[in-house]
Amino acid sequence: MTTTTKPDAPSLEHELLPETISTRKIGRLERLVGPESYRVLRGLVTTPTSVAGLILIAIYTIVALAAPLIAPPARANNPYDIPRDGFSPDPRPPMSEWRRNQPPLPAWWEPVMGTDEWVHLMGTASGQYDIFYGVIWGTRTAYKTGLVITLAVLMIGLLVGSVSAFYGGLLDNILMRIVDVFLTLPFIMAALITAAVLTPRLGRTILPAVFALIAFGWMSYARLIRGDILTVRERDYILAARVIGVKDYKIMLKHILPNAIFPTLVYASAGIGEIVIIFAALSFLGVGTPVGYADWGQLLSFARNWITNLADYWYIVVFPGFALVFFVLGWNLLGDAFRDILDPKMRGKS
Amino acid sequence: MTAYIIRRLLLLPVLLVGVTIIIFAMLQFLTPVERSALYVRDIPHTEGAIEGIIKRYGLDEPLPVQYWRWLIGRIDPVTGDRVGGVLRGDLGWSRVGSQSVINLIKQRFPATLELALWAVGPIILIGLWLGVKAAVNHNKPFDQISRILAIFASSFPVFVFGLLVLMIFYANLRWFPPGRISDWANVVINSGEFRTYTHLITIDALLNGRFDIFLDALRHLILPILTLSYVNWATFLRVTRSSMLETLRQDYVTTARAKGVAERDVINKHARPNALIPVATLAGFQVVSLLGGVVITETVFTYPGVGSAAAAAAQQLDVVTVLGLALFNGFILIVANLIVDIMYAVIDPRVRLA
Repeated sequence: MTTTTKPDAPSLEHELLPETISTRKIGRLERLVGPESYRVLRGLVTTPTSVAGLILIAIYTIVALAAPLIAPPARANNPYDIPRDGFSPDPRPPMSEWRRNQPPLPAWWEPVMGTDEWVHLMGTASGQYDIFYGVIWGTRTAYKTGLVITLAVLMIGLLVGSVSAFYGGLLDNILMRIVDVFLTLPFIMAALITAAVLTPRLGRTILPAVFALIAFGWMSYARLIRGDILTVRERDYILAARVIGVKDYKIMLKHILPNAIFPTLVYASAGIGEIVIIFAALSFLGVGTPVGYADWGQLLSFARNWITNLADYWYIVVFPGFALVFFVLGWNLLGDAFRDILDPKMRGKS
Repeated sequence: MTAYIIRRLLLLPVLLVGVTIIIFAMLQFLTPVERSALYVRDIPHTEGAIEGIIKRYGLDEPLPVQYWRWLIGRIDPVTGDRVGGVLRGDLGWSRVGSQSVINLIKQRFPATLELALWAVGPIILIGLWLGVKAAVNHNKPFDQISRILAIFASSFPVFVFGLLVLMIFYANLRWFPPGRISDWANVVINSGEFRTYTHLITIDALLNGRFDIFLDALRHLILPILTLSYVNWATFLRVTRSSMLETLRQDYVTTARAKGVAERDVINKHARPNALIPVATLAGFQVVSLLGGVVITETVFTYPGVGSAAAAAAQQLDVVTVLGLALFNGFILIVANLIVDIMYAVIDPRVRLA
């Protein structure tokens, strides 16, 4: 311990034992974010699983940001259309040459490989869609859908949950029964029907699937935030705020929400993985997403026609499949670490 | 307990009405012409035919009227009988299945039921075993490894796993084919000699004394069972483990240990029964939810159940079929939830006596 505690400092009237005084140095970061958040942040960078998760997420983020450099689009205004090398139905193995409609050569290719022959790094799927391109730009689709949908369900959940908790009584009862009803249908089935009825109206884009996941994804957030608000509402400082006449909405926004929202945010970070899985599943089932859209589920759906030949066409499954698995794994590892760190029984042990 | 069960029963109509309202609301995204597929198989291509259908089936009337008619059917003006109505089992005409949706369900449900029945055992037994073992070995290698594997499992989408095992065990090794039954076995089943008792192929085969068909059906079931299992194992592991850990911390367990009960008996006789109460709810729910059809697993393995029918219909935008199957699925889950909740009250004295 390098900090020097003044020997006479604790010698007040109360006989303080030396070991009851914390000599822990409080850093600038801890002062800035507060002790509770600091504990969480420190937990995140010291737990092995969360470090692994953070590394995975970092890699995917870099790939998503650098997608145009790693795999330049053939048509710059439609980067999510996977470029096709002809129309032949038979997939071609990794490292086979580009014959037609070759997109621009990425800048990193020549220095690394010493040749200016651009190839299908991960092969092609049926219809000659370039798998490498789909995998790289699929990271963007995953982030786009994962973040947008999670943010939207978080907002709806926050709104419903806080209204429910704040007003209570009949309104609370009605809202919670609506939540019950929405939770009755299994998520994938509900998403399937919503996407199916929306597709004729919105066309074959990613929108039907996005709306479907939003429509049936908010309920657990509403329940969670409602429960936490109900707990926080009983605290003494809320009573104190009421006593000094703070307005209701101010109590809600400034005192209750900031103290109740944290578990919900954590839940949301872990929920991104699940959202991305279900979105890819819808895409895999052929609902919503147009054929040839740069999305992992879309690439995997090409494998459905080649089940008997998967021994030869393994690359249609393996590359997009593991891209999806490790993306979700990253978020799940982070979420798992969060759960451990936030577990009240663990508090004060790390 | 009576009060609890009554409260729970009161929720039942709310859920049933709620689900029908959701499904009906979804139908409103369709144009009246598209909705007429609920009632009419082929719309004649003559002038004014569509208007006639819309008029006849009241597809332009106020929504509450339409909802009521959709629910309990309408009076046929000619015969005076009540016809249609989803509550009376008329879910419309399935374009994809070329039959009525209710017949499609009748035809597909046995396959789904068979898969669910076979998957239940491995899911629950192995899931529980893993969870208890992880809790007993808290923070030891078994616990750590199984937890990491569980995170891996829950990060592994069902369809990726399914495609990978198909790649290995079917495309490469030719051990376990997709589908429900081989062609030769299908010929036997559809022949006159094979008597159908339950429509569950494995059981029917045994009743007919055809062990070869039983094995063939089982061969087709192995990969779907494995796929359904690994996802559920992860969930069961997590819930059982935390429930068991919680129970092992209770005072009465410490008491049992203090008075010298063997550790084996402490775990098996004192802790485990109580720890399994919350798991029972999960088990009941997971298992019954298999009955509604497992959309992705059935689709990956081209297993002809209710779930793959829903996926195929959704892909071809046969909305009437998808909504009919979803309604069926919703009803099954509502009843399942009810049974599970009541069971929970019966087995847990803390709820029973409250």
